[in-house]
Amino acid sequence: MKKLVIGLFALLPTLSMAAGPSMPLQEANIDLTDQASLQRGAKLFMNYCLGCHQMQYQRYERTFRDIGIPTDIGQETLIFDGSKVGSHITNAMEKDDAAKWFGAAPPDLTLISRVKSPDYIYTYLKSFYKDESRPFGVNNIVFPSVGMPHVLQELQGLPNPVFEEVEEHGKTVKKVVAVETDGQGEMSVDEYDHAARDIANFLAYVGEPSRLDSESLGIKVIGFLFILFIFAFLLKKEYWRDVH
Amino acid sequence: MFGNIINWIDERIPMTRVWNMHIAQYPAPKNFNFWYFFGSLAMLVLVNQIVTGIWLTMNFVPSAEGAFASVEYIMRDVEYGWLLRYLHSTGASAFFVVVYLHMFRGMIYGSYQKPRELLWLFGMFIFLALMAEAFMGYLLPWGQMSFWGAQVIISLFGAIPVIGDDLTLWIRGDYVISGATLNRFFALHVIALPLVLVILVFLHIVALHEVGSNNPDGVEIKRKKGTVAEEDKPKFKFHEYYTNKKDIVDAIPFHPYYTVKDIVGVVGFLILFCYVVFFAPAMGGFFLEAPNFEAANPLKTPEHIFPVWYFTPFYAILRAIPDKLMGVIAMGASIVVLALLPWIDRGKVKSIRYRCGFHKLNIAQFVVTFVILGWVGATPQTDFKTILSQICTVTYFMFFVLLFFYSKNEKTKPLPERLTK
Repeated sequence: MKKLVIGLFALLPTLSMAAGPSMPLQEANIDLTDQASLQRGAKLFMNYCLGCHQMQYQRYERTFRDIGIPTDIGQETLIFDGSKVGSHITNAMEKDDAAKWFGAAPPDLTLISRVKSPDYIYTYLKSFYKDESRPFGVNNIVFPSVGMPHVLQELQGLPNPVFEEVEEHGKTVKKVVAVETDGQGEMSVDEYDHAARDIANFLAYVGEPSRLDSESLGIKVIGFLFILFIFAFLLKKEYWRDVH
Repeated sequence: MFGNIINWIDERIPMTRVWNMHIAQYPAPKNFNFWYFFGSLAMLVLVNQIVTGIWLTMNFVPSAEGAFASVEYIMRDVEYGWLLRYLHSTGASAFFVVVYLHMFRGMIYGSYQKPRELLWLFGMFIFLALMAEAFMGYLLPWGQMSFWGAQVIISLFGAIPVIGDDLTLWIRGDYVISGATLNRFFALHVIALPLVLVILVFLHIVALHEVGSNNPDGVEIKRKKGTVAEEDKPKFKFHEYYTNKKDIVDAIPFHPYYTVKDIVGVVGFLILFCYVVFFAPAMGGFFLEAPNFEAANPLKTPEHIFPVWYFTPFYAILRAIPDKLMGVIAMGASIVVLALLPWIDRGKVKSIRYRCGFHKLNIAQFVVTFVILGWVGATPQTDFKTILSQICTVTYFMFFVLLFFYSKNEKTKPLPERLTK
């Protein structure tokens, strides 16, 4: 059996992702109809994430329109590189340089909420902790050996790890199970939770901009079909009186 | 005026004759139940796939560099592109849902038995073409699962002795899955296989109308000429093509009775289908797998590689066998054995209603087996699941082996003279 699995799965040299999260994900409770949250999320993204992570499939103008930001205000306050509003949300980082600096190029985040989940993003943003052994001095509980610095450090501060001894494969190991704030950030714990939720909400919107349109159209379509079903059923009954 | 136009056309092509022969005066058994919706629904989904597919093709870029981005372009920048794309992706899964239920109907009512063997075989060829069509279509979005799923499936051909390696090279058109593979799969997906599917569906219906539909009682509605009393004949007019050769009982014209009934089925189906399209197009990762929202990367293998749900029962059979070549053979055999059903089942009674209790048990265990295999093939392997998939591989094939033996001298219930309600 093993041979088959290896045969099938190791067809090319692999650089597989690190193992899954060792901490259950926290619920972000995102709400795509909360435009204020989406706008705050967009602001945080443009200020803290876009320097390294692009959204190469999503355009500024569409984003502004969907989350309720007037185009001229968006142009002034959220586009930092002089791009036109019709442009994709990209940065100037060269992939080769990025790979040299971080070990791997920072992934595009357009679809990250669909590859992972909004809950994952929320938990990830809240799971950075101080770890001097790492190049950027930080590590992450849900993404061990994370390759990026804690870019929201000025907001959250640099949380300290909380260790717990757990049994693993018959051995007792010390594991990071939670983080606790060092109180150095601009935001309180509660405010930071909201900020993380806003980013998760915004990324969930960008992952599928059609979601809200889709649901409002869906209600109309299915409502119509229910009415059509009644008439179709009555029509069938009328015709089939000849048969019975 | 209208009659003149019809006449003018009828003198040039047999429009009215074909309409009457195959629709308005086509005799269909009057007792079709729920299970008989899925043939017309399969046609509906086929039309949906063709129409949405044409519009998707207008904006899709079939190249390794452009495919993934063009799908996102369709999702974001094309007006109602997201709707076209979700109708197409949900349609692919819906196609297999209705086709599996359609095949199951054939199994429980013995619709493959004489004289419908060829009808069943055309159906099996449709199933094969559909699998090829779905497999090639899944590569086109060029996501991680598109790429690695195709990599795993194409590598299976490498297990064939002597020609295996050359064969995989020939299929891919390259030493690895690449833009060359994407281009040829695109060509096959949008032209070759749809054409084959449409032709096979046409032949499937020609064969159906020649032998006539089976029904839940498995009792023929076409009787030997002169054996049916005048008062037992239905009051409807059927085309002389059918009435000249046989006496017909318990039949109704396909139109209007089954057209109005199928409309009910179609609308009911669309309610469920649209719910998925508008509210849950990824269907919890079963219809659109999460890793496929990441562009294909030949240097990064996903943690787990699974085919889409409709292939997983057969994939589980493949993985159950600890030898690659034997696994491939078992997987192929699991489909071939279905095609041979008309000759494996030696029974004279068609419908499950009048067959022995053991047959009912056997069909029930086959359903359970199929569902378990589907689940095992769609989830990461554990030792328990490996053993489970091996047990289910045995019970899958045991269905056919047992059927072959007990059907020969099966103790069946007496058949009714006429169709029951």
